Amino acid sequence: MIAASPETLMIAAMLVPFAAALLLPLFHAVPAIREGITLGAAAALAVIVISLVPHVMAGAQPEVLNWELFAGVSIGFKLEPLGMLFAGVAGSLWVINSIYSIGYMRAGDEPRQTSFYVCFAIAIASAMGLAFSKNLLTLFLFYEILTLSTYPLVAHKGNDAAKAGARIYMVLLLGTSMGLLLPAMILTFGAAGTLEFTAGGILSGKTDTTTMAWLLVMFVFGIGKAAIMPFHFWLPSAMVAPTPVSALLHAVAVVKAGVFTMLKVMVYVFGIETLTETGINEPLIYFVSFCLLAASIVALMQDNLKARLAYSTVSQLAYIVLAALLATSTSIVGGGLHVVTHAAGKITLFFCAGAIYVAAHKTEISELDGIGRKMPVTMIAFLIGSLSIIGLPPFGGVWSKWFIGMGALDAGYTIAVAVLMLSSLLNVAYLLPIVARAFFRPLPGVAPDQPVQLAEAPLACIVPLSLTALACLVLFFAAEPITEMVAMAVTERPAIPETANAR
Amino acid sequence: MSTASGAAFALKDHLAMLVVVTPLLGSGVVAMLPRGAASWVVTTAITFATMAFSILLLWEVQERGVISYAIGGWQPPIGIEYRVDILNAFVLAIVATMGAVTMPFALRSVPSDVNPASQPWFYAIYLLCLTGLLGMAVSGDAFNIFVFMEISSLATYVLIAMGRDKRALLAAYQYLIMGTIGATFYVLGVGLLYIVTGTLNLADIAGRIGDAYAVHPRPVMAALAFLIVGISLKLALFPLHVWLPNAYTFAPPFATVFLAATATKVAVYVLLRIYFGVFGAAIDVSALPIAEALLVLAIVAMFVASILAFYENRIERILAYSSVAQIGYIILGISLANENGLTGGIVHILNHAVSKALLFLAIGAVTYRLGHPYLEQLSGIGRKMPVTTAAFVLGGLSIIGVPGTAGFVSKWQLSMGAIDAEMPLLVFLIVASSIISVLYIGRIIEVAYFRPVSKDCERATDPGLTMLIPIALMAAATLYFGIDTALSADIARDAAKLILTGLKS
Repeated sequence: MIAASPETLMIAAMLVPFAAALLLPLFHAVPAIREGITLGAAAALAVIVISLVPHVMAGAQPEVLNWELFAGVSIGFKLEPLGMLFAGVAGSLWVINSIYSIGYMRAGDEPRQTSFYVCFAIAIASAMGLAFSKNLLTLFLFYEILTLSTYPLVAHKGNDAAKAGARIYMVLLLGTSMGLLLPAMILTFGAAGTLEFTAGGILSGKTDTTTMAWLLVMFVFGIGKAAIMPFHFWLPSAMVAPTPVSALLHAVAVVKAGVFTMLKVMVYVFGIETLTETGINEPLIYFVSFCLLAASIVALMQDNLKARLAYSTVSQLAYIVLAALLATSTSIVGGGLHVVTHAAGKITLFFCAGAIYVAAHKTEISELDGIGRKMPVTMIAFLIGSLSIIGLPPFGGVWSKWFIGMGALDAGYTIAVAVLMLSSLLNVAYLLPIVARAFFRPLPGVAPDQPVQLAEAPLACIVPLSLTALACLVLFFAAEPITEMVAMAVTERPAIPETANAR
Repeated sequence: MSTASGAAFALKDHLAMLVVVTPLLGSGVVAMLPRGAASWVVTTAITFATMAFSILLLWEVQERGVISYAIGGWQPPIGIEYRVDILNAFVLAIVATMGAVTMPFALRSVPSDVNPASQPWFYAIYLLCLTGLLGMAVSGDAFNIFVFMEISSLATYVLIAMGRDKRALLAAYQYLIMGTIGATFYVLGVGLLYIVTGTLNLADIAGRIGDAYAVHPRPVMAALAFLIVGISLKLALFPLHVWLPNAYTFAPPFATVFLAATATKVAVYVLLRIYFGVFGAAIDVSALPIAEALLVLAIVAMFVASILAFYENRIERILAYSSVAQIGYIILGISLANENGLTGGIVHILNHAVSKALLFLAIGAVTYRLGHPYLEQLSGIGRKMPVTTAAFVLGGLSIIGVPGTAGFVSKWQLSMGAIDAEMPLLVFLIVASSIISVLYIGRIIEVAYFRPVSKDCERATDPGLTMLIPIALMAAATLYFGIDTALSADIARDAAKLILTGLKS
């Protein structure tokens, strides 16, 4: 904990990773110092974001910087509960991811490690800026920086497959954000005259329902990082990236930035009352429910481990978008919590996938027979991550799915509850067979009773994945403060009697 | 004491004239200097003096409102009037400032294109070109504008022809033909206006053209058509842009920087002045089909030129086509003819000037090291010329319109103009053409940073301070105008309001 003003902490949270990015190239030739800087900055950032939490819980909404570009349009930062949640996820996972990166990059003897760490730090810095954004414009700016800074990471391997994957990544993310999100933002400003995130929304009463419905469509599809179909396939094509980058994409920053933006837009641009009162969210709720199931089914058919996890992410993101669209206090809390629990679960799974690649050079699920005997720690962590993603106790994932389901009931969408339950079954079907195969199938060429030499990945890989698996467990018992914090985002608003009665 | 304050007072009164006369006389002085270095020093001093006068003039106009200056004491409408309001004061300040702050770049760049004996001539012609552009902006007399247009055009042909590549001659010739056609159209338009109104003073024409239109609508419409087409050629409105890419590619880099930042912008000003200030003040412009035509051409320019830029393999030509597209944005704002749209168009005169100057300065630095390179030869240049390439990227971001850069401010204002005009689809078009600019700028960035260092670039390094200083200045300006709009969009809004209040509806 640091006893500094929250404003100072916010600036520090944005500057620390950025400063690291500037320092890193100086120590290009000295890997130890380079990695020391990364770890130091990451640890410092984790402390900084955790120190911010009590301020937010106490109801403070500190603001820093406010450059007014012209009347009503500014770049500025303000910390509110949802932003704190996202900053907390990105800020605390960076340090774990860095330990893992160092292990992975060294074990694989990867090229261009300095630029890898630099881009990573810039991505984290932009995630912080995005989390603290005071208005849609600032958010959009950091959203794009995040895309640009992660592009070299996706292309890291430098071969044709990596370049092709990275190109799809870039074109799709920039295309959706510039082609839909940006016009949506401009039209929102044209209607509302402001872009500031405001409790209760800014669009209510400023434009007609039809326009608002179109804006909602543009936002939902324009936020390409949330990977709503048909703009989801950047995520599977980005799996060419090294595993620490996949973890960054799937858990730490990128897709989380997408769903975070989605939550912000629903809560602070449209306003959840406006969404439910006008009913413009209804068609999208059905559509996103469909995406949720479709992605799960596609995941079921993948043999490549990372591809299966990627489609699983597409499906899990749809949970959060669905929660945002349901627009009840409970569903928003569930969506916010799912940002955290899914991050912990999915980063564990990706760390495991990477560890399997580093230790055994296997990428396909069909090759994993009996691997649990060689890599028991990894596969137990994989099991824990899977259970949390599925939503079984005693792991964190159960709570977020619970709240989203309750939110769906509140909003009167029983069908959404059915979709959630069906999807959980699909999660079981695509995740648990991997674990079963690893533990219950015999190792090829080894008799079942013959002792097997342990062959785990380096310690720098094992420790992080054990920590994140532990986090899945901890989140089961410690979900309360997170839900409390997210609830502040949706209850601190002028109460409207009808909805109060309805609840 | 009294004489000193009297002189200061007099200086203040003659700013409008000084802005033109300083570079004009300076040109004569520089032409007589024997050596390159001396002529550079004198030229720099003259351009900075001109810049100071133009900024003082802008200040005066902001304080006092419209300034009318009778040349030689001959009162308008008989004599030639220099008439400065917030709109042309803004343009004058942009042109004169660009003409001055890019001068340090010339010190190393010009000798690599022009032999020492010709350098005084080069600078003399440069000052003449500056004179012509400033004269076009300051003059309130239709024929006087034509004279200055010819001065600037003839000087431009010479500047382009001085490029080190032989194809510069062809490019200059091409521009000569096109420019002459443009000027001819303009002067035909002015002639028709003189026949129906009997005057050449713009304000006076505006006062009489309403009656003339009631009696002889056709000559007035013909005059407008001739003027618009003539000016559109000068400002390189698609499809009248064909002279521009070659001219920018083969001219000496310093000339390209200056021309890209200023020449087409002054033509845009003349369009604003004639279309709104003369015709719009007397006739309901919305009744004329000009706005629709300009809107369509602007949109076509934004798309076709951007796509052409994407398929070019010479970096200067990519930027040249990008300029054509950016002029499309300016014209788009003009065609919207509402406050936000006009503000966007006018502020883009500045923002595009700054960003494009930055880009061409960076390319000029590359040309200085490597000759005129093809895009492929620049692979890995980001590692060899880091400062230059970073500056280039910043300019590129501004062309795309990324928040925090100057380009964003213009595009935002234009989008607001489109919404005010109840054309929300236009917002999508503005954004879509920005996406194409992402592609062509991204292509350059990809080559510069994500490819192995090519043989050609191996020994390249960032240029010396004289080149880096203007690059840094323009980079700072690109960021500054993206963050603080007091000097850019606020003035542009005043100009837009001035234009709109003068309109007869």
